[in-house]
Amino acid sequence: MQGVFFIAACASVLAVALICIFLFANGIPAMKEIGFLKFISGEKWRPNNDIYGVLPMIVGSIYVTAGAIIIGVPIGILTSVFMAMYCPKRIYKPLKAATELLAGIPSVVYGFFGLVVLVPWVRELGITLKQLGITRTSGDGNSMLTASILLGMMILPTIIGVTESAIRSVPPQYYEGALALGATHERSIFRVIIPAAKSGVIAGIVLGIGRAIGETMAVIMVAGNQARMPAGILKGIRTLTANIVMEMGYATDLHREALIATGVVLFVFILIINFSVALLNRRTERE
Amino acid sequence: MNNQTTFSQKLKNYLKHPGSFITMLFVMLGAVLTFTVLIFLIVYILVHGVPYIKPSLFSLTYTSENASLMPALINTVTMTLLSLLIAVPFGIFAAIFLVEYAKRGNKFMGVIRLTTETLSGIPSIVYGLFGMLFFVNTLGWGFSLLAGAFTLSIMILPLIMRTTEEALKAVPDTFREGSFGLGAGKLRTVFRIVLPSAVPGILAGIILSVGRIVGETAALMYTAGTVAKVPTSVMGSGRTLALHMYNLSNEGLYMDQAYATAVILLVLVVGINALSGVIARKLTKA
Repeated sequence: MQGVFFIAACASVLAVALICIFLFANGIPAMKEIGFLKFISGEKWRPNNDIYGVLPMIVGSIYVTAGAIIIGVPIGILTSVFMAMYCPKRIYKPLKAATELLAGIPSVVYGFFGLVVLVPWVRELGITLKQLGITRTSGDGNSMLTASILLGMMILPTIIGVTESAIRSVPPQYYEGALALGATHERSIFRVIIPAAKSGVIAGIVLGIGRAIGETMAVIMVAGNQARMPAGILKGIRTLTANIVMEMGYATDLHREALIATGVVLFVFILIINFSVALLNRRTERE
Repeated sequence: MNNQTTFSQKLKNYLKHPGSFITMLFVMLGAVLTFTVLIFLIVYILVHGVPYIKPSLFSLTYTSENASLMPALINTVTMTLLSLLIAVPFGIFAAIFLVEYAKRGNKFMGVIRLTTETLSGIPSIVYGLFGMLFFVNTLGWGFSLLAGAFTLSIMILPLIMRTTEEALKAVPDTFREGSFGLGAGKLRTVFRIVLPSAVPGILAGIILSVGRIVGETAALMYTAGTVAKVPTSVMGSGRTLALHMYNLSNEGLYMDQAYATAVILLVLVVGINALSGVIARKLTKA
């Protein structure tokens, strides 16, 4: 019977091996045929002319993720500080449940919310900015900004959860010591506790990056998905994930393989992120 | 009375330290923003969606005149059951191996840890790509519920493994020692003593993965396909509720039905997560 348990435990190893083998075996040949550098650094994606440059999507993914971090990280960290250090006991439980709820909402529902609420808002904003003469074009609301706001919302629960537990794992003596030295509640939190919880906070941010870069459906529904180099925050953008879903339905031959190669690029990004999270966690454990 | 004096003291302190006061305001603002966003999202979807929930949405067939969500709902249930059928035994057995059998410091344990961590970080679209390449093409299953279920079962495997592991670890060693003391063997101890006491924790994990299955879109698009019917067998293609909703809002023809589907999806997932939370809380109380 121990053998059966052992085989079951091997399932996850087998799954990772299969995923790696199948993605790389199907993606690498396309990269070779297109030329690795041409594929990675090509600025044009024109499947009809057999031109496959994935750089616009790489840059798109990075921009949208950066936007999500700029929006989500400050709000997430402030909320986790509130949850750990300010929240009255009586309302803690419902608020904690609310953050878990935020994590449970399916991405397609987030995407739908973005489509019917955020896109019109950003369109209005674009029109206003154009009237004020700040920008030359207004955009139609499907834009990098919309995708960033939506992703910023979606990574909140990840950041709040990880940061809150990092703050809570700081020994209370740190806080008490700071208070005893005459620091205010706020000063103790932001000058003593947060620096002490630094690696946990960073791990939360990196996990958030992983979630943002891998998010697919929500981004497709609000980002515009034009396959060109990003032109401004009110302009449409296409991410790596969107590239796969948009075109996989009808792609054939080299085009299809180029899409799988896009998946490989995404997969490598994710592996790097996972690896850094593992490293961070190990360092925290050692401390 | 006591509360009030501390409150006015606090206020005085804040007047002395304007920097701290501003920081506190920012913290409050951040928290208010987070919870406003959540409440706004839920209220918005409910207000716009509930009026469109009509009996016609639950008719058994999907036609171009009536974008019924019933076939998708049935497919979702089938998909959930199939995925659980595959993932739960593997997940539980793997966790039993990790907690009860593997020796501490075993190198193989590290490998399993690393791979489960990797699996839980892989985005769903990559699972979708893999499912398409492996189950749909290489194994020749075509777009089918079965291909979708296998893809999803890999996706939820790390979740079930982790929650089961935690539940097993939470069972006190005295239980095991008592069982051994009464002359039971290792296997008997695991199945008769350890597993039954870990059931609430395992159940909470399973329900959590049901929530993930119900909400999943990207991993199913190119494995289970998007046919809006209930297939005659598990080898047929069919869309789940989340995918149904994506298609509705993508086509843009059935926005009312999309709103209604969003409500149903939201209620389902929220209900499932709440259920998991209740069970997990029962566990900590016991």
